[in-house]
Amino acid sequence: MLSNIGNSLLFLNIFFGFLIIHYSINFLKNSNTTIPKKIYHLSLLQSTSILICFCTLVAAFLVSDFSLITVYQNSHTLKPIFYKISGTWGNHEGSLLLWAIILTIFSFLFLIYNKNHPKNFRLHTLIIQNLLILGFLFFILFNSNPFSVISPIPKEGLGLNPILQDPALAIHPPLLYVGFVGSSIYFSAAMASMITNYSESLFAKSIKSWVVISWTFQTLGILVGSIWAYYELGWGGFWFWDPVENASLLPWFAMTALLHSLIVLEKRNILYFWSIILCLLTFILSVTGTFLVRSGILNSVHTFANDPSRGIYILIFLSLMIIASIYFLFSRYKPTNNYLNSNSKETFVLINNWFMMFYLITVLLGTLYPIFTDALFNSKISVGPPFYNSVIIPVVTVFLILMAVGPQVKWIKNKFTNIKSYLLIILAALLINFLIFYFFKSYSITSNLIIISSLFLIISSIKDIFKKTNHFPRVISHLSFGFLIFFIGLNHNFSIEKDFNLKLGEKKQIDNFQFFLQDLELTKYPNYQAVKGKIKISNLITSEERTLKPEIRIYDNPQTLTYEASIRTNFLKDYYLTMSNIDRSEYYNIKFQEKPLMIWIWISVIFLSLGGFLSLFRYAKYN
Amino acid sequence: MQNIIKIITIFVFIFILGIFYVSLNRSSNYDTENLVGNKLSEIKLKSFYKDKFYVNKDFENNKYTLINFWASWCAPCRIEHQYLMELSNQKNIKILGVNFKDKKTNALKFLEDLGNPYDYLAKDSQGKQSVSFGIYGIPESILIDNKLIILKKVIGPLNSQDLEEINKIIKNL
Repeated sequence: MLSNIGNSLLFLNIFFGFLIIHYSINFLKNSNTTIPKKIYHLSLLQSTSILICFCTLVAAFLVSDFSLITVYQNSHTLKPIFYKISGTWGNHEGSLLLWAIILTIFSFLFLIYNKNHPKNFRLHTLIIQNLLILGFLFFILFNSNPFSVISPIPKEGLGLNPILQDPALAIHPPLLYVGFVGSSIYFSAAMASMITNYSESLFAKSIKSWVVISWTFQTLGILVGSIWAYYELGWGGFWFWDPVENASLLPWFAMTALLHSLIVLEKRNILYFWSIILCLLTFILSVTGTFLVRSGILNSVHTFANDPSRGIYILIFLSLMIIASIYFLFSRYKPTNNYLNSNSKETFVLINNWFMMFYLITVLLGTLYPIFTDALFNSKISVGPPFYNSVIIPVVTVFLILMAVGPQVKWIKNKFTNIKSYLLIILAALLINFLIFYFFKSYSITSNLIIISSLFLIISSIKDIFKKTNHFPRVISHLSFGFLIFFIGLNHNFSIEKDFNLKLGEKKQIDNFQFFLQDLELTKYPNYQAVKGKIKISNLITSEERTLKPEIRIYDNPQTLTYEASIRTNFLKDYYLTMSNIDRSEYYNIKFQEKPLMIWIWISVIFLSLGGFLSLFRYAKYN
Repeated sequence: MQNIIKIITIFVFIFILGIFYVSLNRSSNYDTENLVGNKLSEIKLKSFYKDKFYVNKDFENNKYTLINFWASWCAPCRIEHQYLMELSNQKNIKILGVNFKDKKTNALKFLEDLGNPYDYLAKDSQGKQSVSFGIYGIPESILIDNKLIILKKVIGPLNSQDLEEINKIIKNL
């Protein structure tokens, strides 16, 4: 029954999509400058019906309706309710439905919140967005239908991959989707702007809030994904330059660049085509990322069942998007002769963009290179952290300094009058850096440069807070970014890692730590059993004691063994410990890490995105 | 100038999309079963007992050699052991055992308990040499002929069906 409701709603949505396009095209020729109520109503109906459609799928997961293949393959009656719900988007079909929801809702919101922009621009945006929606709906309906039925109806489901049964991962997809699927709306708006010649600074105003919204959510989505990797994967790291992580980072670079170039477009009415390119690029990169992780070209937890026909479909979709983008860009491009003073805010914003492009191209090459060598030369290689670290980290230093200086520079023509204060800030940064390695331990030259430049950004941003400024959101974001790099730098240099074997009742002393495996206990849970270790860690210098309880979990459905790290967090450091069994031995392998200031890395990113939220309020106030 | 940029842009996109298309039709899992028909390059394995290395020419006089990767800690290796014992009675084939990331005493105990089917016994205590054979887990077995060409590769424990197939290959000639 649920299958019929779901399928009917999908068809209804396709119908609404066509209807909206039809009416919009008809209405383009009309001289009336307001958009008729009919289109608003249709758009509202479209959003409501796709939401109900999604709720139907959630309901199917809640009541464990195994007549649906998607539910059968990804759920189980014994799963806790929370994971039954999050299981809805924890699979390929359900997550595509989430895609469609965000495409549709953004389409509706863009329509109602941009009433003071030209009618034709809004209608064209609506048409293009609906073409994207239709593309996805057809994909869902004919290739990845979450409402496909299975017969005979199985009695029990196959269960959700245990490593996906995690609260962080339940909210990670929705956040990230609002981010990169949200970028679709400025893809459509950019196309519409080229078609209707709406190239003024007003165009920047129309998409600015959408860029900020998607940027903020993308940032949070990446954060939650990293937290999950830190807690769940048991390696103690939070960023691995894994192709899948890169796929979420690429649109983030493009969005960040766009966010800055829009400021220039709005204020000075230049960099129009560059901003358009960034709008198009952001969504193209988002779809490329989806293609890479869903087609099975890259293997990861995001690759659900492999099915080449999906890949083909997304690839065709992507190709059409690229062809349309290039066609309009080339046919509408007008060379503009904008004189830019090299010492002006415009130039500094442009420099930000070049840095972002540098990061983007580096990460893109690193991600695609293994795919290229595999396809062309049949050799399997992998590009790992050493490549990214050696290319990106030195450049970050310069970037941080310009990030501190840039916002102070004046529009059109600037004069550096505050060199003295910069010198003072550099001195302060050098001093703090010196104190850190004098009191704790020394680190490499690169680390020194990173920490000094991040301190430079932090101090100049703090100075800005005390100035009366209406750029508070920007200051918060720049400050948090400075802190983020600062904490990552310290965390990287002061982490301690120990790897050893321990048996029950044994004590072991390594450097200034003593480890004691006090107890092992077996506990049964509804969907798994766990061997819980109790390990007391004493720091012999500070005589601080903590007990950590890592787990080895044996999940029932599907049967899988996972190692749950035990993490003790406080404001100064995290203790991170994993325990794994060794075959045919009473010993357990213990991996222990002391990771300073971990929580501050997360907090910095939260504040970074908070800057985004705050700027939304600022737009609302000024418009 | 503008036209050149246009052509380059189009070319880059066609190239990337083309590669994506080609990659779609390839299996992304590194599948070592494809190695069948290839010649093993240089064999260099440390002997388990003596301070010497087994190299290519040690195996060129055997009609067939089965290279079996095993360890005492590996449960499936126990299961497949009976088939190796059976195979060791065959005249046409010699078995090279590669003891993988194991302790010497445990490995010897394993052979004492279950019997020793191996004509040659080598060790790879760090699991490094095995990589060049395309091994990523154990047990795995590779059947080669006197030209060191891979005839069959079994990932996971040998079973009665594998044994039959191996027997077929070595009796055919």
